[in-house]
Amino acid sequence: MAEAIKVPTMAEYMAQGKSPEVLFWVGCAGSFDDRAKKITKAFVKLLAKAEVDFAVLGTEESCTGDPAKRAGNEFLFQMQAVTNIEVLNGYEVKKIVTACPHCFNTIANEYPGLGGNYEVLHHTQFLKALINEGRLTVEGGKFKGKRITFHDPCYLARANRIYEAPRDLLKKLEVELVEMRRCKTKGFCCGAGGAQMFKEPEPGTQDVNIARTEEALETKSEVIAAGCPFCNTMMTDGVKNKEKEDSVQVLDIAEMIASAEDL
Amino acid sequence: MQYLPNILFVIALLAGVGFFVFNIKKLIRNIKLGREEDRSDNKGQRFKNMAKIALGQYKMVVRPVSGIIHVLVYLGFIIINIEVLEIIIDGIFGTHRIFSFLGGFYDFLIGVFEIFALLVLVGVIIFWIRRNILHIKRFLNREMKGWPKLDANLILYFEVVLMLLFLTMNAADLSLQTKGAEHYASAEGIVGAFPVSQFIAPLFENMSVASLILVERAAWWIHILGILVFLNYLYYSKHLHILLAFPNTYFARLKPQGQFDNLEAVTNEVKLMMDPDADPYAMPEEGAEEEVPAKFGASEATDLSWAQLLNAYTCTECGRCTSECPANQTGKKLSPRRIMMATRDRIEDIGKNIDANKGTFKEDGKQLLDDYISREELWACTTCNACVEACPVGINPLSIIMDMRQYLVMEQSAAPTDLNNAMTNIENNAAPWPFNQMDRANWINEN
Repeated sequence: MAEAIKVPTMAEYMAQGKSPEVLFWVGCAGSFDDRAKKITKAFVKLLAKAEVDFAVLGTEESCTGDPAKRAGNEFLFQMQAVTNIEVLNGYEVKKIVTACPHCFNTIANEYPGLGGNYEVLHHTQFLKALINEGRLTVEGGKFKGKRITFHDPCYLARANRIYEAPRDLLKKLEVELVEMRRCKTKGFCCGAGGAQMFKEPEPGTQDVNIARTEEALETKSEVIAAGCPFCNTMMTDGVKNKEKEDSVQVLDIAEMIASAEDL
Repeated sequence: MQYLPNILFVIALLAGVGFFVFNIKKLIRNIKLGREEDRSDNKGQRFKNMAKIALGQYKMVVRPVSGIIHVLVYLGFIIINIEVLEIIIDGIFGTHRIFSFLGGFYDFLIGVFEIFALLVLVGVIIFWIRRNILHIKRFLNREMKGWPKLDANLILYFEVVLMLLFLTMNAADLSLQTKGAEHYASAEGIVGAFPVSQFIAPLFENMSVASLILVERAAWWIHILGILVFLNYLYYSKHLHILLAFPNTYFARLKPQGQFDNLEAVTNEVKLMMDPDADPYAMPEEGAEEEVPAKFGASEATDLSWAQLLNAYTCTECGRCTSECPANQTGKKLSPRRIMMATRDRIEDIGKNIDANKGTFKEDGKQLLDDYISREELWACTTCNACVEACPVGINPLSIIMDMRQYLVMEQSAAPTDLNNAMTNIENNAAPWPFNQMDRANWINEN
């Protein structure tokens, strides 16, 4: 990074008696996973470039409870949820953006019933809005004309019917978008959802991420675009397994926009 | 003796409809063995969904080949039922084509029935070829061996025979009308239009009126008795979907697919734990109902909600869910279709047990978990919702998987070790990985 971007916390805002336009919910992957941290940083650069007044919870953020709930531990999920809601409501948060579809789904759909009501956006929706409002400009840059496929994250696509925001962003990058055989409503999972990320798969003939990576490779794309840190990990592993990491990249759309803009 | 056929017909009709009603009552009783769940909201949206998905077959045509053929067979089934109404009235009163007073419109109707009968015949033959000759993967999964395969074929044979009988009946009727036979011929000329059976009629050219009447009556009787038998076959078959698709799509979940319900009993407990002023030893307020659930999640079919049991009875085992399930497609044991079939098998067994024991369930040493659905299947799910999306009649296999996982984790602490580690991490350091919560913001200052 040429110059460090200031990432304020909600506590700092609070101390100044101000509140930001939006809270950036980083999520566990975005905070701790080395690959996902790059997505976090790319998104932060875009927020800074668009001069968005944002903050993070920092050490006050904790797991939304998604993997616990999907593993069947409703008690642990609700403990996490209630703790988070207490923090969010304490800061009177109104609007949340996150780069993780699992955090997005949980906060948007499962928190309201427990007292947490916020406007929640996936980062692709948020970036699209910034572009539409003229706060962020995106030109093709280095991805212009390149063959690129987009892998629908289950918890963004089928789970919440968001199919177009990420694709619209790719169109702004003027890429040649090629769809996989199974996409949108029929999108094939990367294999990470339902807490599978944290366990070994059951015995079978193939790993889910390998099957999906094969499908992505069939499109002969140079980049597999993703919108979820877990899909990103799964597809990256798949590409490595197929020994294609020299010719095919797995990138989050935020990373693509940031690098197209040379940020 | 003149009225013997009428009497026999009425007896057959009453017996057929009576036994059907008897079984439907049993079906409703079994569904109500499930726990309560409120699906009475948003009636407008629910009607819309039923109209679009069940009546309009909107999701069937997502797969165009099987979808369009299915629409033909479905339309044929609905339209030909109008003819069944005439057959029933004729049977009771001994009349011949009672609706023929409709004149030209009647000719049009009969013509349309015949064309649909032919289309159904063709459609059903294609379905049979798809199931038995073409190697379509979703018809060959392990859960489709034995009875489910036979059941699927029996339905097709039933339909072939019924359509052939219908056309034979019309052909013999046309010949009788042409020959001016008493009771059949009308002063106004030929009654009905026979665009398809006119090609069968020449086969009967050299037959006497008496033999023709025999053919026509035999076809008529076997046709209507066949329909009554088929009606009663439904309860024992996956074909029940022709009825249950309607209530099932009406009562289907309306929330976003990603939203999993929050357990209310847990919410109360969590709120109590988080409330610093709460007295854990306090007596429940006067009159307040203290709801302690018997158990968390589901290990038995009766732990599921009535809507989930309705799902199970509605499943017609088409396998669209399984053919889109990432776990199944990569060779895992899980098949969402099998989850539904196993659930139906279990609630049926419970129902039979209740019937055999004078209305009370006698412990049979079995339960849905392990005896019908294995843990390996449950843990293979990625909760991706592909099965839910694929179902043409609004079944949600994922919700059953989730309820059973809840039982395994919350009642038995029987999660796979890796998951237990992840959950311990969430509990201790607020992330599924073993990182300290105090390090959560470290990325800000890393390069």
